[in-house]
Amino acid sequence: MGEVHQDTGVRKLNVRGTSRHVHGAKTDLPVIKPFVIGNAGGRYIEGMLEFTFQWRIGVALFLTLAGWMMIDAAHAQVQGDPEQTIFQTLIKWTPLMFWGPSGEFGGFILNIVVSFISMALGTFFGLWVGIGQVSPNRHLRRFCWAITQLFRNSPWLVLLFYFMLLLPFSLQFGDIRVDIPGWTKATFALSLPIMANVSEIVRGAIASIPTGQWESAESLAFSRTQTMWRVILPQCIKRMIPPWMNWYCILTMSTPLISILGVNDGMTLTQNALAAEGRSEFLIPMYLWLMLWFFVYSYPIAMWTRRLEHKFAIES
Amino acid sequence: MEFVWEWFYWLYDVHGIKLTIFYDEWDRNRFIRGMWTTFHLSALSIFLSIVIGVAGAWLQMSNLVWMRRIVQAYIQFFRNTPPLIQLYFFYFAVDAALSQLFGITGGVLGSYGWAVVSLSFFAGAFNVEIFRAGVESVPRSTTEAAEALGYTRLQIYRYVTLPLAFRVCLPSLNSNLINLLKTTTVAYAIAVPETLYVANQIWSDEYNVFEMMNVVWIVYIVFVGFLVWLMHRWEKSIKIPGYGN
Amino acid sequence: MNNLNWASDQPIVSLKNVHKSFGDLEVLKGVSLDVMQGEVICIIGPSGSGKSTLIRCINALNDIQSGSITVEGQEVHDPKLNKLELRKKVGMVFQQYNLFPHKTALENVMMAPVLVLKQNKDDVARLAQTLIRKVRLDGKEHNYPGELSGGQQQRVAIARSLAMNPQVMLFDEVTAALDPETVKEVLVTIKDLAAEGMTCILVTHEMGFAREIADQIYFTDGGVIVEHGPPETFFSRAKDPRTKEFLSQIL
Repeated sequence: MGEVHQDTGVRKLNVRGTSRHVHGAKTDLPVIKPFVIGNAGGRYIEGMLEFTFQWRIGVALFLTLAGWMMIDAAHAQVQGDPEQTIFQTLIKWTPLMFWGPSGEFGGFILNIVVSFISMALGTFFGLWVGIGQVSPNRHLRRFCWAITQLFRNSPWLVLLFYFMLLLPFSLQFGDIRVDIPGWTKATFALSLPIMANVSEIVRGAIASIPTGQWESAESLAFSRTQTMWRVILPQCIKRMIPPWMNWYCILTMSTPLISILGVNDGMTLTQNALAAEGRSEFLIPMYLWLMLWFFVYSYPIAMWTRRLEHKFAIES
Repeated sequence: MEFVWEWFYWLYDVHGIKLTIFYDEWDRNRFIRGMWTTFHLSALSIFLSIVIGVAGAWLQMSNLVWMRRIVQAYIQFFRNTPPLIQLYFFYFAVDAALSQLFGITGGVLGSYGWAVVSLSFFAGAFNVEIFRAGVESVPRSTTEAAEALGYTRLQIYRYVTLPLAFRVCLPSLNSNLINLLKTTTVAYAIAVPETLYVANQIWSDEYNVFEMMNVVWIVYIVFVGFLVWLMHRWEKSIKIPGYGN
Repeated sequence: MNNLNWASDQPIVSLKNVHKSFGDLEVLKGVSLDVMQGEVICIIGPSGSGKSTLIRCINALNDIQSGSITVEGQEVHDPKLNKLELRKKVGMVFQQYNLFPHKTALENVMMAPVLVLKQNKDDVARLAQTLIRKVRLDGKEHNYPGELSGGQQQRVAIARSLAMNPQVMLFDEVTAALDPETVKEVLVTIKDLAAEGMTCILVTHEMGFAREIADQIYFTDGGVIVEHGPPETFFSRAKDPRTKEFLSQIL
């Protein structure tokens, strides 16, 4: 067996499948390398299938849309107000729902910004709390465990209420009063369950690294910090990415909760638009329109997550 | 019991900690009703979401391409749109459309009914995938062995596939159901009188936001903790040594 | 870092009446042995006899309940001992190689001298190249462990330990996880090391190899050293019935 892949350097792309059956070369873990691209033929065919599939869906969507617009126009005619088709109404309110009122920060974009900042904060603190969960210090370990369990098991809406109502609305620095906008408090509140779940992801990933890695680093005289940051965590990254992305989707899907607490996000503005129109036949299209935005944003991330999960599962 | 209520009244009198839900009978009763609503709202949604999950997983194994696609579309729609908007969609939009269609005044279902429907569909979408993954995890060789022993297809499904699949998917089912329990708070938005909603009413009447907020948080931690504990016990009790993990 | 109380004519590794338990299970029940500088000793015995625990205690991966273990005259299980200093002196190679899968072969070898000894990176790179050549892996420097066979990985692991310039090398059943055809290449590497005068303590199942390479063979069973001696006499004239039975099963 000995000499396998004499000439394969790091640049070898098709590692999957070819070197796996070298059973002497079994590693416990997937290796972090530039992402492996599957064999060219398979990928080509896969791409073709995807293309035809999407092409057919595109035609179906187009026909549905065209049909709907015709019915829509006819319906408006019958109602006696040809200017007020559902389509036109959607177009009219779209800028408000998407960007928020002019000069203000709000709308669907606010949902996305909140999701970004919450995720960044939650990931940063979650990483430390997660490492704390495997600390040799018993008190620190218990504390980090308790924090994790507390925020993992609380309903998001309860956390939102808690921090929206109990954090101050403004801060006083001497003579200067600084207002704290509601959305920043909401962002903070949403970052807490993310922190707890990232902490669990980190703890789980660290626990999944074989003890042999700790021992060999120890016998090479690495300190605990060196072992953690140079040996253990780099190996964790790959297995943390899919669940982390999954939590990002869940977070994004939870951002409309902030509308309950009066933040001017996409949901609030959609409700406002519906109230302004006051016609029940707009309800379904308007809600679907807003849901479509979330779907278009989240679905590709979810698919990508699934693909990565699948790929990592095959590799290890 | 009486002296407990009195102690809480003393707590308010002396320290200003205003836990009316303990010494005020009216508040106590409505808060208990709120918790009870959370309880049966969760229980009903859990039950229906499992039914949807099992049915969906079964339909996904169908030979009809279109059937599989419809189930897939259902899953992706409910997974990739916000549960709060789903709830509004059902409660405001679908209800209005159905009322118009059938000429009903006053709505088809109340807020509670739509909360159950919406939450069940939401959690059901995840359950379909969980159950399907469970069924797929049963090795082909195991079912083949049963086939070789002369089991019928239904017997294989009933006595081999399902018991094994169920054990594999129980951990993910647990976390989804726990998530469902947490998501029931969303029903607040359509005025279902569950714990959070009732607490909000109480703090509006009594001006004790801080106290009630902490009470609500603790109540949910206890609820979730109880469900976690229950599911873990169940998981443990049906675990087969050497199978799974 | 040389201990002034230790002279090279004294044992470099010395175990005296070592007891070690995992909970209620006593694994080592009073083990004593001395290893002189440049000596190669092999520890053999049935599985579960405490061989691996024994050598893991030598570099303090496991602690001990009583007795003493000294390396270059220094007590290993002294709580005041700087474990880093111990581990610079004692290198260890594991059954499962335990290479860092996210680093190339060369990076695996370079990591400890750069991070722990804070040596200059270019010097370390040169040293690592030499060591890779020494374990006969020229051309594999930039491969990841996942791209190497078991035997190749194990040789990288040996080079990785050698990069710390240890005085003593511990080998814990280093060929047990390998395919038969790759065992030899690893054994040749160890033989080269022994020939250069490295002090080696091996736990092994390879009796032929032990006979060929060892200065002393120790047979352990039930947590004690049953008997020991140079290979010439050990294999042909074992006295203890347990040793005889073990040898008759294995040879």
